[in-house]
Amino acid sequence: MSAPGYTNLNSSVSYSQNSTPNGGAAPPYQNGPTQAYQSMNPPPGCYGAPPQQQSYPTTPAHSTPAPGKASITKSAHSANYYQSNHQPQQQQHHHIPQHHVAPSPYNVPSSQSYATHPSSGPPPSNAQYNQQQQQQQQPPYATPGSYYGQQLYYPPPGQHSSQQQQQQQQQPTLVTAPASGPGAPLYPIVSYPSAPGSSQYGTLSSTQSTSTPGVMPTQMGAPLHQYNTSRPASTTAVQPGYNAAPPSQLAPTVNGQGSTAHQHYDQSHQASLSYNSYGGVTHSSGSTETDRPPSGTPSTSVHSSPGHQQGGDTSSSSTGSASPVPNSYDSLEGGNFPDSMPSSNDMTNQAASYGSYGYSSMQPAYHQGPASHADSSPSHDPYGQSSYQQYSQPFPNLSQLSAALGGLSGVPELEVEALRPVNLLQERNLLPPRPLEAPEPNLSPELKKVNCSPQTFRCTLSSIPQTQALLNKARLPLGLLLHPFRDLQQLPVITSNTIVRCRSCRTYINPFVTFLDQRRWKCNLCYRVNDVPDEFMYNPVTRLYGEPHRRPEVQNATVEFIASSDYMLRPPQPAAYLFVLDVSHNAVEAGYLKYFCDSLMENLDRLPGDSRTRVGFLTFDNTIHFYNLQEGLSQPQMLVVSDIDDVFIPSHDSLMVNLKESKELVKDLLTSLPAMFSQSRETHSALGPALQAAFKLMSPTGGRVSVFQTQLPTLGAGALQSREDPNQRSSSKGVQHLGPATDFYKKLALDCSGQQIGVDLFLLSSQYADLASISCISKYSAGSIFYYPSFHYIHNPAQLEKFQKDLERYLTRKIGFEAVMRIRCTKGLSIHTFHGNFFVRSTDLLSLANVNPDSAFAVQMSIEDSLADSSLACFQAALLYTSSKGKRRIRVHTLCLPVVNQLSDVYAGADVQAVTCLLANMAIDRSITSSLSDARDALVNAVVDLVSAYKSNVSNLLQSGLVVPAAMRLFPVFILALLKQKALRTGTSTRLDERVFAMCEFKTQPLQQLMRMVHPDLYRLDNMSDQGALHLNDTVVPQPHLLHLSAERVSRDGAFLMDCGTVFYLWVGKCCNEMFIRDVLGYPNYASIPPNMSHIPELETTLSERVRALLDWLQDNRAFCSTIHVVKDDTSAKATFFQHMVEDRSESASSYHEFLQHVQQQMSK
Amino acid sequence: MAFTFAAFCYMLALLLTAALIFFAIWHIIAFDELKTDYKNPIDQCNTLNPTVEKVKKIKRVKIALKLVLPEYLIHFFFCVMFFCAAEWLTLCLNLPLLAYHVWRYMSRPVMSCPGLYDPTTIMNADILAFCQKEGWCKLAFYLLSFFYYLYGMIYVLVSS
Repeated sequence: MSAPGYTNLNSSVSYSQNSTPNGGAAPPYQNGPTQAYQSMNPPPGCYGAPPQQQSYPTTPAHSTPAPGKASITKSAHSANYYQSNHQPQQQQHHHIPQHHVAPSPYNVPSSQSYATHPSSGPPPSNAQYNQQQQQQQQPPYATPGSYYGQQLYYPPPGQHSSQQQQQQQQQPTLVTAPASGPGAPLYPIVSYPSAPGSSQYGTLSSTQSTSTPGVMPTQMGAPLHQYNTSRPASTTAVQPGYNAAPPSQLAPTVNGQGSTAHQHYDQSHQASLSYNSYGGVTHSSGSTETDRPPSGTPSTSVHSSPGHQQGGDTSSSSTGSASPVPNSYDSLEGGNFPDSMPSSNDMTNQAASYGSYGYSSMQPAYHQGPASHADSSPSHDPYGQSSYQQYSQPFPNLSQLSAALGGLSGVPELEVEALRPVNLLQERNLLPPRPLEAPEPNLSPELKKVNCSPQTFRCTLSSIPQTQALLNKARLPLGLLLHPFRDLQQLPVITSNTIVRCRSCRTYINPFVTFLDQRRWKCNLCYRVNDVPDEFMYNPVTRLYGEPHRRPEVQNATVEFIASSDYMLRPPQPAAYLFVLDVSHNAVEAGYLKYFCDSLMENLDRLPGDSRTRVGFLTFDNTIHFYNLQEGLSQPQMLVVSDIDDVFIPSHDSLMVNLKESKELVKDLLTSLPAMFSQSRETHSALGPALQAAFKLMSPTGGRVSVFQTQLPTLGAGALQSREDPNQRSSSKGVQHLGPATDFYKKLALDCSGQQIGVDLFLLSSQYADLASISCISKYSAGSIFYYPSFHYIHNPAQLEKFQKDLERYLTRKIGFEAVMRIRCTKGLSIHTFHGNFFVRSTDLLSLANVNPDSAFAVQMSIEDSLADSSLACFQAALLYTSSKGKRRIRVHTLCLPVVNQLSDVYAGADVQAVTCLLANMAIDRSITSSLSDARDALVNAVVDLVSAYKSNVSNLLQSGLVVPAAMRLFPVFILALLKQKALRTGTSTRLDERVFAMCEFKTQPLQQLMRMVHPDLYRLDNMSDQGALHLNDTVVPQPHLLHLSAERVSRDGAFLMDCGTVFYLWVGKCCNEMFIRDVLGYPNYASIPPNMSHIPELETTLSERVRALLDWLQDNRAFCSTIHVVKDDTSAKATFFQHMVEDRSESASSYHEFLQHVQQQMSK
Repeated sequence: MAFTFAAFCYMLALLLTAALIFFAIWHIIAFDELKTDYKNPIDQCNTLNPTVEKVKKIKRVKIALKLVLPEYLIHFFFCVMFFCAAEWLTLCLNLPLLAYHVWRYMSRPVMSCPGLYDPTTIMNADILAFCQKEGWCKLAFYLLSFFYYLYGMIYVLVSS
């Protein structure tokens, strides 16, 4: 209700102005109708960025934000800023749309012309308008203060964690006792003391956890007590930033005696107060980070703040369906509150905003607004004041937004660069110095700010073509790459009785919807106008009524809801894990069992789950062994079922046991298992029946089955024959047997999926094991597949290390059960095909028995109807899952992209990495359904098509050669790299299983990881300088330049690091300077480096520190630990290093230059 | 005017084609339902909770997908009948479809049970569109051949 309070924080100027007149007067805060003005403003916050920039410099004492990330976002922001400054230019383009199609600027190949092009003076007629435009864009940057900006922020490494944690735990207890007591009498408005009600809206934001040291004193101030207490009592909602600020604003209004003091405080310490609050935010998010479980699952306030979680739960259950806040609101308003605000009100408001764009800084300009306001509802005279404050926000209302969007069709600087024609035959240095970033969609800065992170949600074309015809013309695939369950540093979690969704298409409310007025919002996917439910009027973060556009759902493109029972088929299942282990002779030989048992034993307590977690074990060779782990037994009991043709479960309730109760027995079993089968001579493997048994065992609950298999299944259902002909491994003709030999595994997987069982497969085989068939069990039950070729615990230490590291991550990573994911998109777009591991249940619904944070999905889209009537296209992915703690949750990601009608714009927005990944997925499909050579041809044709389409449609250059837009300049390299991947290569000896595994990886790996696998990053290490280095905490992370993957870039006197995603190669040249070898590797000279060195020693030298910092930094943003291999120039391992040099000619594949020539030939045909 | 074997064949074909038309319609409806499922403004929850209507629909789709083999067999059956009746022209008209059926069944995905449609790939837009087109084409073909058989039957009856 006290909207002004919120406003105040947004601009310190208005704050001091407003708090003074308001001091001690409660009425302004009572009046909800003010919100009429806000709600018609579109939600996207332009509030985010400015404080980000400001808060960082001011908070170093509190926290050191991760500079790597900070710098990224900062630069992103500065880009926004830049664009907004250039708004007039965009406008100009808007007015003369043919301008950017006109060949003249592009004809001149010198880059200068592009630099000058935008500065060609805007048409004078627009000048004034442009100015306004600029003005309207400026305010966000001029004013400090915002909260949501912080929410989007990466937390710093949690240094203050312990402190934070303590506070976090203390607070609820400290607070609950007085919560209801003193609040009521002192504060007549009742709504704050009735906070239990408010907690039903609780935002379980992970940033929310606690207040900061800097803020605490404010809260401790005596007159504020009731506020402090009531607020944390609701536990769920409050962000520290809010914690800090509102008291000081509310105090004057309520506590007569307290007001003066606090006002004083406010006025004098205003700045510090707000900064403190920022500090608080970053702080607390830091705390959550350290709080989160070691698997790196950050989310989950479940993990991070159990106290809060519970608070949220209890309150929501206790309040039930009644919504006390609106009630109290009604009572306090005495029915005065106009249910439907007079629309004239809004109209005037809008008109007013047209009149005075620059109003953010000058209040006097508001005569129109308040006047009309007073007219429409004269009974509320005091809130005229607060309405001023509404106006004074740098808030883009509808008209502004549309104006901003109108300017979108122009070509900003970045786009011009992206469109620069690049002649591939002439330019040799195509790689940017740093790893490629996703292109920024050409949106208004406000939308850009709230848009979904490209790591989570990415589109191949960041400007969506208007029609399918245009898309066809561009010859680029349209699709999404999704990583929906990614480990997030920062995730607002919302508990609410009603989850607001569009009534027609069921879209979740998101930052890109439009609020038409106080009570209605327009869906951005189907354009239906919906009502805003009463509950949604209340903002749990600011604890104010009537600001639906400021709720976290509308401020964040990625949110998580705690779902009510409407979203449940059955009570949420407990976490259930079944381990199916191969114990045949082959498995004993490979020796994985011991390492598995050790790893599980170590991580037993870190398995995600709660007190209901259930585990079970099942081993098999030619029979199936069950283990009775019922609590009370003195030792585990093994039950053998030898009838594999008709598998039955020997005992129903004691095979899957509660982990907590039977922990000792589980540990017993894990210690004795490796020895139990050490003498096994049985060579057959009954994988099929074992899986059937696992299915039967798990079907009552659902859960995760982890299968460890070491050979071809030979017995019972699902038995397979070897299909690989080793002589055909390097055949350059088609590769056979990429598809499954039997549908047994697929059918079983579908059954599993139906019972919410996900099957993960670990294949540790040295022989052919027909992964193409077996992998179906994971593919269709949304599992993951791991493959360790020639695994042996002694002979292959590299694989063993990888296995151990993967296993640790696998066991401890987050998991979601019984999940479904629906992808919705703006009317006119439709989903064509899905790629990944799942079962497609309907055109837009994926059924995921398990969802894990490491798997990604790709979606091909098509444009069915023209998108001409909208300037924005949105995509929403909603993942409904049961967390390991038994909570039903919905994670919603929304991506918003501009729609364009010019081919050049489509090219300018093309995301070469995403295009490559999507094409890779399509090629895999093609090679399975059709043939490998077909798939390879299709990839080459993709390049040919792009070049010829660009040549004939966009570039009017008459120069010969291969010309592509700069945004796509790396496309041929990436396609060539794809063709040289294990999955798609021909001519080079590739084992069938490895090929199939590579294909599975393509389908499930997230984009970043996939790109590193396809086109590894190559750096030179021996001459790194600190120039441009990142400074993270105390360490300096050098940023060496990326090098092309060609042997000519590698010299003998250097040391080079290749980052292949799952593995690092450190190649040391023969003449590498000894200082590097000594300082980094710890050996006196080149000759003394051992041939298979696989770690970097921790030496005290600067160079060693730099190298290790770089490695750690590279390692930081990937889920699975990568191993490192030091490759000497003269060892045989050298070949593995050089096979990644994709631009070079290999025994069977062409070099980059030859590839380009081939493309050129194809074009001239 | 005599009731020959050929006339009997035509009559049988007439009846069976009526059945095939029915199958084809069902086929089209089933795929259309698969395709337009998402356009239903039902709650995501309802898609999880199979309501009665939903179950019915799923059953209908399943039945339609199972009708593939009977359809092929019926068509094959009266092709054989026409062969026996030495109705070469009619047989020639049916041969392309027969060949198509054989090819279609040969190139079906790996499956252990009879059937044509793999539930894991059926939702692919290309395959869906293909199946729908296939349904429409077949419907047209069966309708035309229905009238042709009617004509053939009368012709045979009159001429002999």
